[in-house]
Amino acid sequence: MSSVDISNIVAKYSGAGRDALIPMLQDVQQQDGYLSRDSIIAISKHLNIPPSKVYGVATFYNQFRFNAPGKVHIQVCRGTACHVKGSSAVLDVIQRMLDIEAGETTKDGVFSLEVVACIGACGLAPLICCDGEFHAGVTTAKAERIIKQYRKKVEA
Amino acid sequence: MGEGVDSGHTQRLTFTPTLSLEGRGGKEKDRPVVKLTINNRDVEAQEGQTILDVLKAEGVKVPTLCHVKNLVPTGACRMCVVELEGARGLVPACAYPINNGMKIQTHSARVIKARKTIIELLLSNHPDDCLYCVRNTNCELQTLAEQHGVRDRRYTGVKNNHHVDASSPSVVRDPAKCILCGRCVRVCEEIQNVACIDFIGRGADTVIGTTFNEGLNTSTCINCGQCVVACPTGALHEQSHIKEVVAALDDPGKVVVCQHAPSISVTLAEEFGMKPGVDVDGIMTAALRRMGFDRVFDTSFSADLTIMEEGSELVHRLTKGGKIPMMTSCSPGWIKYVEQFYPEFRENVSSCKSPQQMLGAVIKSYFAENQKINPKEIYSVSIMPCTAKKFEAERPEMARNGIPDVDAVLTTRELAQLIRLRGVDMMALDPEGPDTPFGTRSTAGKIFGASGGVMEAALRSAYFLITGEELSDLNVKAVRGFDGIKEAKVDIKGTTVGVAVASGLENAKTIMEQLRNGRDDLHFIEIMTCPGGCICGGGQPHTHNPEAARNRMKALYKLDRDEKLRTSHSNAGIQRLYKEFLGEPLGHKSHELLHTHYVDRTDVN
Repeated sequence: MSSVDISNIVAKYSGAGRDALIPMLQDVQQQDGYLSRDSIIAISKHLNIPPSKVYGVATFYNQFRFNAPGKVHIQVCRGTACHVKGSSAVLDVIQRMLDIEAGETTKDGVFSLEVVACIGACGLAPLICCDGEFHAGVTTAKAERIIKQYRKKVEA
Repeated sequence: MGEGVDSGHTQRLTFTPTLSLEGRGGKEKDRPVVKLTINNRDVEAQEGQTILDVLKAEGVKVPTLCHVKNLVPTGACRMCVVELEGARGLVPACAYPINNGMKIQTHSARVIKARKTIIELLLSNHPDDCLYCVRNTNCELQTLAEQHGVRDRRYTGVKNNHHVDASSPSVVRDPAKCILCGRCVRVCEEIQNVACIDFIGRGADTVIGTTFNEGLNTSTCINCGQCVVACPTGALHEQSHIKEVVAALDDPGKVVVCQHAPSISVTLAEEFGMKPGVDVDGIMTAALRRMGFDRVFDTSFSADLTIMEEGSELVHRLTKGGKIPMMTSCSPGWIKYVEQFYPEFRENVSSCKSPQQMLGAVIKSYFAENQKINPKEIYSVSIMPCTAKKFEAERPEMARNGIPDVDAVLTTRELAQLIRLRGVDMMALDPEGPDTPFGTRSTAGKIFGASGGVMEAALRSAYFLITGEELSDLNVKAVRGFDGIKEAKVDIKGTTVGVAVASGLENAKTIMEQLRNGRDDLHFIEIMTCPGGCICGGGQPHTHNPEAARNRMKALYKLDRDEKLRTSHSNAGIQRLYKEFLGEPLGHKSHELLHTHYVDRTDVN
């Protein structure tokens, strides 16, 4: 696991109390793209909150990730419209192809996968978003093609 | 959840949690009187009480699940809801303060329907494997389902499916059986100041777990087992050693030796339906022999031995120099707590092993030599009120030449289970005495089982060691009782010795922080991990009787009052052990067998 330096964030919150917990977590996620073990422990020490509590709070919110993001970050929409149009099967295919669960990153660090509640483009359901590029009307076959394309692009 | 359950009225009340077992509000006699109506009956109570407090005093039983006496109420489980006239929905009695003119119905059709629905919903994702569960017949969820007449499966949810965490030597977590009441989380944080576990995730995916949801063995868990005592279901239980003990009992090549801790004889009775506080020492000894234990020793003997070593160590530190204040080392949860959170105080902790480990060590040395038994053939079982003792027995320092001092540790609950398993009828046995050479004990060793007992025993002997005389009054009442922190100044022939006793690590923390901030009037500090001491340990019977702890403590002090041998240094068995084997306290053999060292564990999460 790569060690991450969050001393700048700790310095910014010098003297802060436990109410600074979520802002600190957000800053770390903003900077590193995820909350590493080291950063959770560093925040815990700085705010004098047990690490279990920091982890408990962080896992309560969907916005926090605990694995370093891959080169390609895939978001699968599991909102109501996408669900009705079959996003569950799409997610299954992607998880199987990448051999990871939502919230995880592939061992080679290429792909990371996230489930989001609604991307806000229900007319295009089911929808996935890879590195900010939207793919509409995704079927399982199309999902496979999309993943292969991105893999080729990264390897090129 | 359920119908119309109100959650909006819980935040008005702020409690200062106290560890005293006194009922909340019990002492505040001058508080204004509040008049209210419960089930159409006029009732008077005191301002500041909750509805639940009043109901208890009035003899009305409402079921609770998440409620823990003296901890901040969370109102999470909604089992205790009652109908309050004028309120939008049902209100949780545990977290709702009383007011003048309240009209409350505790068992109306609407309330009972809501409670039953809550139970049915809790059962909807529960594994339902009661027959195979460690808490079968002793489970609060099962009892509530029975009491509310749950007979149909009205909701069928996806069953919980989580990995069992058996990584810890002391405590096993089975999150599938967890109903998320949060009692363990609050006890771990508010009573023990460890906060090893918390809620992870949210909604239907919520589980209780450690930092990064990893094994308890790599966490800050101090193995005290207070979470096990707090758990209403089978989600938490001790790491059982029954199988290993049974195998040893059935092995003709093993000499199976057991020791039982001072508090066991006053708590075991509860497992067999007797009143709390009944001392079954002799009957238990008889039962242990019937089950096949070759020797039955008393850990109170090695508690006396601990006093000789620890008392001498204290006198040495006071007169010849050494880290002051000295702290006791009997409670293995406390030891791990120091190693994790106050490593700079490790040298303040007495180097004495705990009574369990001391007896384990002399069983496999002195006893083995004496009886001409190869230590490898001895299987040493200790019966403890404690889950952390399992961890302690596995510490690598607690073995010599690869042979552990203690092979297996049974909790009081496991002993009861073993007695039932081996078909011994406790009611039919006549009391028997323990075996030599580790059977005699003073009552000073016996009161180790209560918070303050080690201090009192140590003061009796330290006074003798320093002055050559006995204390004129052996009773040191200032250190007795259930108060979380007890302090006293003791005059030993013109020298004032400051002593403090704390039980429950939140209280220990208070003292440790004072020391960190420069407090210097203390010389000797006794810390017990569990509130009230070993009589309330994590391995003790699950009880719903609030009087149980008090009666257990009374039973120990009654023995101390009634018996003649009340000081460790007058124990003839101890004197003989020193004469024949150990030499003198703090001597060469003692250091080899009875003393240990501590490690820095600040790297755990």
